[in-house]
Amino acid sequence: MNFYPEFEVVRNDSRCIRCQVCERQCANEVHWYDEDGKFMLADESKCVNCQRCVTLCPTRALKIVKSDCRLRENANYSDQTIKEVYRQAETGGVLLSSMGNPNPLPVYWDKILINASQVTNPPIDPLREPMETRVFLGKKPERITRNPDGILDTKLAPQLTLSMPVMFSAMSYGSISYNAHASLARAAEALGIYYNTGEGGLHEDFYQYGKNTIVQVASGRFGVHKDYLEAGAAIEIKMGQGAKPGIGGHLPGTKAVGDVSKTRMIPEGSDAISPAPHHDIYSIEDLRQLVFSLKEATEYRLPVIVKVAAVHNIAAIASGIARSGADIIAIDGFRGGTGAAPTRIRDNVGIPIELALAAVDKRLRDEGIRNNVSIVCGGSVRSAADVVKAIALGADACYIATAACLAMGCHLCRSCHTGKCNWGIATQRPDLVKRLNPDIGSQRLINLMDAWRHEIKELMGGMGINSIEALRGNRLMLRGVGLTEKELEILGISHAGE
Amino acid sequence: MELNVSQMGFSEVNEQMRQTADSEITLTGCIGQRFLAAGTTGKYVKINGIAGNALGAYLNGSVIETFGNAQDAVGDTMNDGEIIVHGNIGDAAGYAMRGGRIFVQGNAGYRAGIHMKAYQDKVPVMVIGGRTGSFLGEYQAGGIIIVLGLSGGERPIVSNFPCTGMHGGKLFLRSECSDIHFPHQVHHRIASAEELAEIRGYVEEYCAHFGGSADEILNAQFTLVTPDSGNPYKQMYVAN
Repeated sequence: MNFYPEFEVVRNDSRCIRCQVCERQCANEVHWYDEDGKFMLADESKCVNCQRCVTLCPTRALKIVKSDCRLRENANYSDQTIKEVYRQAETGGVLLSSMGNPNPLPVYWDKILINASQVTNPPIDPLREPMETRVFLGKKPERITRNPDGILDTKLAPQLTLSMPVMFSAMSYGSISYNAHASLARAAEALGIYYNTGEGGLHEDFYQYGKNTIVQVASGRFGVHKDYLEAGAAIEIKMGQGAKPGIGGHLPGTKAVGDVSKTRMIPEGSDAISPAPHHDIYSIEDLRQLVFSLKEATEYRLPVIVKVAAVHNIAAIASGIARSGADIIAIDGFRGGTGAAPTRIRDNVGIPIELALAAVDKRLRDEGIRNNVSIVCGGSVRSAADVVKAIALGADACYIATAACLAMGCHLCRSCHTGKCNWGIATQRPDLVKRLNPDIGSQRLINLMDAWRHEIKELMGGMGINSIEALRGNRLMLRGVGLTEKELEILGISHAGE
Repeated sequence: MELNVSQMGFSEVNEQMRQTADSEITLTGCIGQRFLAAGTTGKYVKINGIAGNALGAYLNGSVIETFGNAQDAVGDTMNDGEIIVHGNIGDAAGYAMRGGRIFVQGNAGYRAGIHMKAYQDKVPVMVIGGRTGSFLGEYQAGGIIIVLGLSGGERPIVSNFPCTGMHGGKLFLRSECSDIHFPHQVHHRIASAEELAEIRGYVEEYCAHFGGSADEILNAQFTLVTPDSGNPYKQMYVAN
């Protein structure tokens, strides 16, 4: 069924110089030039509002606006809801979307406020005093022990060292482009943090960034072999993803071409199916088995991360993971992004990361096993303020991916699943991939992280805290606004004014 | 090197195997230690006793021969090498294996060969001498699984739901499989002489390990199962 397009292309004809850059830049083929009439035309039905043409139009002649041609207003059956029904009635298909849940569900970060020192316990100026933002991720010893000769036993479980408590979250080569991976890898190295391969294997060109790489092992085990496991600084077992908890992944055969197929170690054109479960994991005991098989294969030199989606019983699940031998738990909230996920799953499954994080940190503390593992949280950490709030709620570090994509040029049009990303990120089309210059992409990521580091220091300094370690789990530094008793209880924070 | 492992945990056994320069290692008194020889290259490991879960996980070229049963997840994500089991094996053998070979004299449990793959010159092969449990070759994406049904009693050569989600590779079952229900996205038919010729070498290897005659084994009806598409989920989605 045809319906009026969601967006309108508004072209100011008096400004348009017919340079056709919009036409050349649009992989969706919205714009074209009419030779006879010597003017530009557009088919808005193909527009995804990625703003590529708007950005590159040299005379600012273009605008993409939301169409006001709507179906009759209905608070129950929204325009979107009705059109989804039409799409499914037409095709019989499962609705597929990209990036994080866009619905107006509560963002708890925005209802949490950070403390600052006044009069007593003076604030610290990060411009004149050293501030420690370095964190170590991994299992910490329960107590100080000495060797028989009285010398302190300094042997630690393997740790990751981060210059600041932020890492680039898993995005596979396949879901994003070679140049996007190159940008992330280079930025991670320059920043002294880590990026994550996702489950698509590690391109041979990026083995050189191994000490800043986390390699992922997912249910499909794509590209997983001895060299790959040993190439990185840590191994992440992907049990789930915030955008699609409880289901697997599926890279269509059309995208498994060239280097993507080589890196995943699957034949060209073959569907890369990551089943929903790991077929050897049905319990915490089984998870322990995968953790230790990876540790054995890499001779206990690398920390093992277990990544799970934030779901209802996340605290109990995390407790199990903390006992599985894993060194780090990564929790991904329901607003986390994705290159493709069924809409219904993305928008309806999982819980907010803020609540999950607070619940997990509390549970592990209550059980006396918090130091068995580090906690990394992701699933829409959008700013330095979110990072500081996450640390104060109990995280050791944060994973960011959507914010990293934005730094590389993403305009959050949520069309990654089409494979026609005009910004060269979520695509494998060579003409589009080359639009993302890794020199610029990595520099923009570095800029973003530098800015966040400064902001983190300023926020910490304001609280009179000069080490990120002293902020972790320091919930006294947080207050809620407009939250219910129950929400405050779960977050473990007081209301503003208390 | 010969090692009596009856009093050792798995990490100690593996550590000792890593430490030795010997390429031939014999473990005796094995009582279910897990992850034996995980990720190793260039060793021949002979195991007397019962090998525990994840025997030869991520194996990268070593040969493991077990004189006794092996438990679950034999050859998990194996890349290269060979695992020979003079006995039966548990569940999820050869999960996601991409290369190398697994020969099992007896039966396999559930989910054998699940998500087995192939890549360029790497074609993993799993030969099960007896019968297998349910979900054989689930999500199979490549490689060759051969089940001979030489032992294991009167039950079907494979239990329920074989080949669910299969989208690559081949499966040979030494049976007419008239009593077995296959999913709609695979083809199954009696293998031709030419098709059987492809697996003769693997059957001969099986016989070299465990005895028997390849001619006799191959002189039977085999069912060949192949997927009808490499893209089984293509039509399921609509962009939203």
